[in-house]
Amino acid sequence: MRLSEHCYATIASIKSPLLLVEAVRSARMGEIVRVVFPDGSEMEGEILKIDGATVLIQLFGESYGLDVEHSAVVFTDAVKRAPLSTDMLDRVFNGSFLPVDGRPMFVPDQWAPVTGFAINPTLRGSPNEFIETGYSAIDGLNTLVKGQKLPIFSAAGLPSKEMAAGILRSARMVVGGKEAAVKDFVVIFVALGLTHHEYAYYMQTLEGMRTRFVAFINLANDAVVERLLAPRFGLTAAEYLAFEQGMDVLVVITDITNYCDALREVSTAREELPGRRGYPGYMYSDLASLFERAGRIQGRPGSVTMLPVVTMPEDDITHPIPDLTGYITEGQLVLSRELHQKGIFPPMDVLPSLSRLMQRGIGEGRTRADHRGVANLLYKHYAKGRDLRNLETIVGREGMSERDRGMLDFADAFERDFVHQGEGRRSIEETLDAGIAVLKGHGLETP
Amino acid sequence: MKGSITAISGPTVTVVLPDLKLYDRVSIGHGGLMGEVVRMERERAVVQVYEDTRGLGIGEPARGLEKPLTVALGPGLLARIFDGLQRPLEPLGEAQGPFIRAGKAPAPLEPERSWHFVPVKRAGEVVQPGELLGYAEEGPFRHWIGAFNGGGTLAELREGPFTVQDPIGAFADGRRIHAVHEWPVRTPRPYRRKLAPSEPLVTGQRCIDFFFPLARGGTAIFPGGFGTGKTVLEQTITKYADTDVVVYVGCGERGNEMAEMLEEFVTLTDPGSGQPLTTRTVMVVNTSNMPVAAREASIYTAVTMAEYFRDMGYHVLFLADSISRWAEALREISSALEEMPGEEGYPTYLSSRLSGFVARSGVVETRGGRIGSLTMILSVSPPGGDFTEPVTQACLRNTGAFLMLDTALAHRRHFPAINWFQSYSLYSDAVADFFAETVSSEWGALKDECRALLQREEKLREVAEIVGAEGLEDEGHLLMHVAEQVRQKFLCQNAYTEDAYSSLDQTHRRIREILAFYRHAEKRLQAGESLEKILKEATA
Repeated sequence: MRLSEHCYATIASIKSPLLLVEAVRSARMGEIVRVVFPDGSEMEGEILKIDGATVLIQLFGESYGLDVEHSAVVFTDAVKRAPLSTDMLDRVFNGSFLPVDGRPMFVPDQWAPVTGFAINPTLRGSPNEFIETGYSAIDGLNTLVKGQKLPIFSAAGLPSKEMAAGILRSARMVVGGKEAAVKDFVVIFVALGLTHHEYAYYMQTLEGMRTRFVAFINLANDAVVERLLAPRFGLTAAEYLAFEQGMDVLVVITDITNYCDALREVSTAREELPGRRGYPGYMYSDLASLFERAGRIQGRPGSVTMLPVVTMPEDDITHPIPDLTGYITEGQLVLSRELHQKGIFPPMDVLPSLSRLMQRGIGEGRTRADHRGVANLLYKHYAKGRDLRNLETIVGREGMSERDRGMLDFADAFERDFVHQGEGRRSIEETLDAGIAVLKGHGLETP
Repeated sequence: MKGSITAISGPTVTVVLPDLKLYDRVSIGHGGLMGEVVRMERERAVVQVYEDTRGLGIGEPARGLEKPLTVALGPGLLARIFDGLQRPLEPLGEAQGPFIRAGKAPAPLEPERSWHFVPVKRAGEVVQPGELLGYAEEGPFRHWIGAFNGGGTLAELREGPFTVQDPIGAFADGRRIHAVHEWPVRTPRPYRRKLAPSEPLVTGQRCIDFFFPLARGGTAIFPGGFGTGKTVLEQTITKYADTDVVVYVGCGERGNEMAEMLEEFVTLTDPGSGQPLTTRTVMVVNTSNMPVAAREASIYTAVTMAEYFRDMGYHVLFLADSISRWAEALREISSALEEMPGEEGYPTYLSSRLSGFVARSGVVETRGGRIGSLTMILSVSPPGGDFTEPVTQACLRNTGAFLMLDTALAHRRHFPAINWFQSYSLYSDAVADFFAETVSSEWGALKDECRALLQREEKLREVAEIVGAEGLEDEGHLLMHVAEQVRQKFLCQNAYTEDAYSSLDQTHRRIREILAFYRHAEKRLQAGESLEKILKEATA
């Protein structure tokens, strides 16, 4: 530990967002530095690499106006920490954890390193309690449970924004069929690379929120490096609220694709060897360092549940971003262009969607005793109907048996009456009843 | 030997430290982070650090420990959960709380726990290196203790209680005998000779045992995109496989899944012995957010433990989920070392490292003269479900069974989603005699018949897609119906019900019934009976 801050004016090169500083003594990996611009303004950065007396620094902002001769770098001897207090609730911050809602910064109770620590797997609690999102396609067939990480796979032009906002508004914690106390449930919203149009939309959503929230907003014209930082602030805040304050926290991050593009940008600037499509080889580990922070801890109240939004570039689910995400998360919710064109909202295709932890979060005492049965039947018949649609395009509807035509109708009704719900939210009871109604309406067995 | 840190880049740290050897362990910084030497240049050495290097400073001390990364092998391994460096996770949780922090860790084997030693050799006898001296009961498991550190004339071997810290005897030349020894993880444990695999490893999974049998001492890979059920299949096999010991390594996978598995294993029992599953299982867990260098080391830590049990003359099953994450860790370290990359950024030594690793499997005659086996099952997570990628290809060259998990089957909720056309097992012939002798002489014939049936169905399906199902003959309809039965009732197996385990007899009975029905129905159809009637009777 050094006693004072060290100031160096030995910047050797600037390659935005990276700086090389020479003749530095006793720097630390991950240490936070303050870069002083010629005009006196300051910006934070972080040490990425040290080779003898040469230090590579990543700036948390744009390096316009920086020069080699008159700028200076102050080494603070501390790693990046997040200020924490329950006073952050119902506040909006930028990607550097500074308030942007016009109110002053809160006084932190404690500080915690933003990278967090891995949860010891033997002390993880089992994710088995239901979270109601208000959307039947999720609650009924791909149930989200506390401590799970379940991404939404969207594509350009699909209403992932409306869906994320809908979940922000209507997510509820349900305990034994009843809603849990509102004060124990918090939504953390992390927006990365938002356009102003989207920003306005989400701010409106946040204003009308019933649940408590903390928002971290990084706009499209904000610093790229902030996009790497904002989710870590959000998750550090989430861990604090969950495991120190005993709250159930739902973290919605949009959009992971912007995060990965920022990661690629910085990696390229560092002249690292690119992996698939130019994304760095460590992207899996990097994404895991975010997603794996979801969870519960044995013997402690509180949970961190994550719902990241991923926009699949070119609608390609095998693109490295959705692919690596899918390998880390516990399932995926896939949006479909076809359903969107049919005017169905949320346009969620339940067939490729999956919630791996659903088994444990449903049934008697959690949702309803017949949940598993209803979900299985809906899934089975819908899959059959979808298969038959392919046949229909070849042989035509007339060429099909009556039973097969019935299944085609069922698939249509399932999309129209169960998946589609427009603006409204459904409780889990309403979801399951809607499912049973669709089954009965087509003369199919019900559990 | 002391030195200091001169450079840090991600998980690699350069130190100036004299007299190091390659792969020596080094303690780094004030916090005592662990690492191993991976490269040497004059007086400098590059160390791959197993823990997060954040906060580490230039000029901090580094100390060589004069030994490579080793694991402690002795009583108390079973039913435990370790991380990739054999730090016991449960005691670590008691010491540090729910979050894992770098630095000091409790000893891997409980130092105070008392065991009871029963010798099978006596003073005065001469033992060869690797020969077994006696055992301790570890729950229902007989944990053999051998002269693994070298042989000699026995001077003393005490029956009675001991802890892993005390000697249990001595050689005539004064060397003490301990129940615990350390073994460097990257060095394969020696054996007398290797034998060809000839016995099947019964997994209780119909599709595998019937179509693609695994062999004891063999190797198999399960490649599949996400959501194809790799982890569930591996865990089901872990639960039900007919084996003495299971070593499971969760390599760069999900924390929640591991927690779920730990919880289940305490409650489930081994169908063979009726004992809780944990009593035959060792778990090594390095989740995706734990340090990358430790993930790279984790499979070696685990396989060394597996070899140790093999050397007692046991059948050991080693499962790694997933080997792709290990390869990625290798790539991250290679890239931090600024090595020349091969295909898709993986180091060019990926394939040779992997074959060196896979070669640690096999049926062996141990140095103590017993027969033991180490079977490996590795899951592979190919990016984008593309099997042409380097890790899958490297695995294919080195392993004996390929069980391809199919995304299309998984979407139809057909689990285990093993594709029966693309998968193969090179052990089919080697174990064919076993099935013919112990289960039924018609096993091989049924297999061919079933395979032909599924192939004909596939062709028929193509036809049906063009002419419509209505355009098929009755024979075709019957075939489609039976193939559907094979798929639904035989190949599908729900891992969450009673059906999760199917004995060889059950497997045989089930396929025999379905095929017998088909032959019978085909005859009746030819005799002019209506298909509708035949099927109605069958369902009634």
